[in-house]
Amino acid sequence: MRKILYRDIVEATAKACIEANIIASSDLIEAYQRAITKEVDELSGRIMHDLYENAKLAKSHHLPICQDTGTAVIFLEIGQNVLIDGGFLMDAFQEGVADGYQKGYLRKSIVSHPLTRKNTGNNTPAVIHVDIVAEDVFKVTVAPKGGGSENMSRLKMLTPSEGLEGFKEFVFETIRLAGPNPCPPIVVGACLGGNFESCALQAKKNLLRPIGQRHSDPELSILEEKWLEEINALHIGPQGFGGKTTAFDVHLEFLPCHIASMPAAVNLNCHVSRHQQFEL
Amino acid sequence: MEVIHLQTPLKQEDVKGLRAGDYLLISGIMYTARDSAHRRMIEALDNHRPLPIPLPGSIIYYAGPAPAPPGKPIGSIGPTTSYRMDSYAPRLIEEGLSMMIGKGSRNKLVQQAMIDHEAVYCAAWGGAGALLAGCVKNAKCIAYEELGPEAIYELEVENFPVMVVNDTIGQDAYELMGGQQ
Ligand code: SF4
Repeated sequence: MRKILYRDIVEATAKACIEANIIASSDLIEAYQRAITKEVDELSGRIMHDLYENAKLAKSHHLPICQDTGTAVIFLEIGQNVLIDGGFLMDAFQEGVADGYQKGYLRKSIVSHPLTRKNTGNNTPAVIHVDIVAEDVFKVTVAPKGGGSENMSRLKMLTPSEGLEGFKEFVFETIRLAGPNPCPPIVVGACLGGNFESCALQAKKNLLRPIGQRHSDPELSILEEKWLEEINALHIGPQGFGGKTTAFDVHLEFLPCHIASMPAAVNLNCHVSRHQQFEL
Repeated sequence: MEVIHLQTPLKQEDVKGLRAGDYLLISGIMYTARDSAHRRMIEALDNHRPLPIPLPGSIIYYAGPAPAPPGKPIGSIGPTTSYRMDSYAPRLIEEGLSMMIGKGSRNKLVQQAMIDHEAVYCAAWGGAGALLAGCVKNAKCIAYEELGPEAIYELEVENFPVMVVNDTIGQDAYELMGGQQ
C-alpha cells in the first residue's frame, strides 16, 4: 500500500493548472516553428509568426497563452494500491483547480447552471476522469479545454455499413463546418467505436498525445498521416484565412463496439493545445 | 502587408471604405461584451433603458479577459467566437454600432445588417491573448461587474491588430481567402 497526501495533490494540481495555461509544451512550440517555415504567404506567415510570438510572450510575461483558460479537465491514472491520506481524492483536485486559477490569474469560465449561468468564481467544478490501473501509479494530466474548439466538436451514431468512409466523411465535415471558429491550426482527436460515452471520451484522450506522435498501430498511423495531409489541403489555414496549416495533427483511435453500433466522435482542439502532467 | 490606421470614435466614411481582407491597427476605445452582456443590452433596449455604452462610432470586442495580474492593466485578452452573438448583433447594428471584433464567421442576418447600416466585422487572432494584451494600455469595468469575465470593460488600446472579415458591400474574407463554402 502506498500513501499519497491530500495536500500534495492540491498543490501539484494548482501548479499544473498554472503551467498548462502559461507555458506552451515543446511539441506545440515545434509545431509553431514548422508551420512558420511552411506558410510562405504573407498573411498566413504573419499569423503563424504572431501565434508563436504570443506563446513566447505568455511565458516571459507570465500570462495565459489564451484568455480562455478553459474547463479544467483532469485525467487520473491511479494504482489500486494507492491510499489517499488527509481527505477525499476528488476534493483535492477541485481545491487544486480553485487555487491554481486564483493564484495564476487564470480566467474563471465555469457557470453553475446551464440556464441561469452564474459564474462559480473559481473555475470549479473540474471535469475528472479516473482510470484505475495496477500497482501504485499516481499519474495526472491537467488539460484545460477552451470553449471555442469544444463547441465545434461532434458525435454521431453511425451505422456499421457506413464503414471507414463514413467515419472519414464525418471527421472532415466536422472540420469544414468548424472553419475558423476553433482557432486553427487545430488538433483533431477522433474515435470510431466504443459506445456513446466512451467514444467521446476517447476522442478527447487522443488530444493528450503530443503533436507529431503517430499511433503505435501501423494501420492507424498511416491513416493519421494521410488524413492530416488531406485536412491541410482544405486550405482553411491559420485562423481560417487560408494557408497550408489547417491542423497541426490528427490522432485517431478505434474501440470495440456493439454489433449494431459504430459511434464516431471528433473532439477539436485549438492551436493552444494544453496539457501538463505530474506524478506523485 | 498594407496597414490602415484607425482612431476611435470611428467615422462613417472610414467604416464605409474598409474592405474584407484589410489589415487594421486600431487606437482609441473599445468595449468588451460577450453573451450575457449582449442579452442585458438587448433587454435594456426593449425596455427603453439607456445602454451602458454609446453605439454610433463604437467598437464592441467579443472578449472576456483573464484577470489582470499585479502591475498590468489586463490579463490575456483574445477574441471569443462571434456566432454566439449573431442573434443580438443586428439590433445593435441598427442602433448605430460601427464595428465588431471577434473570430469566426457571422450569419447572413448579421451580414445584411452590416450592409444596410454600414458596419463592419473584423477578426483578431484567436488564441493570441497574451500578444493582444500588450495593445491594451488601460482597462476599466464599466458595467455588469457581477458577470466577472463577461462584464463590459472599456479598453484603451494602441495599434490593436485586426483583419476586416465582413465589409459594407457584402464581402467575406473567410470566403475570399480561406476556402470556406
Ligand atoms: S478555441 Fe482555444 S485558442 Fe481559441 S479562444 Fe478558445 S481556448 Fe483560446
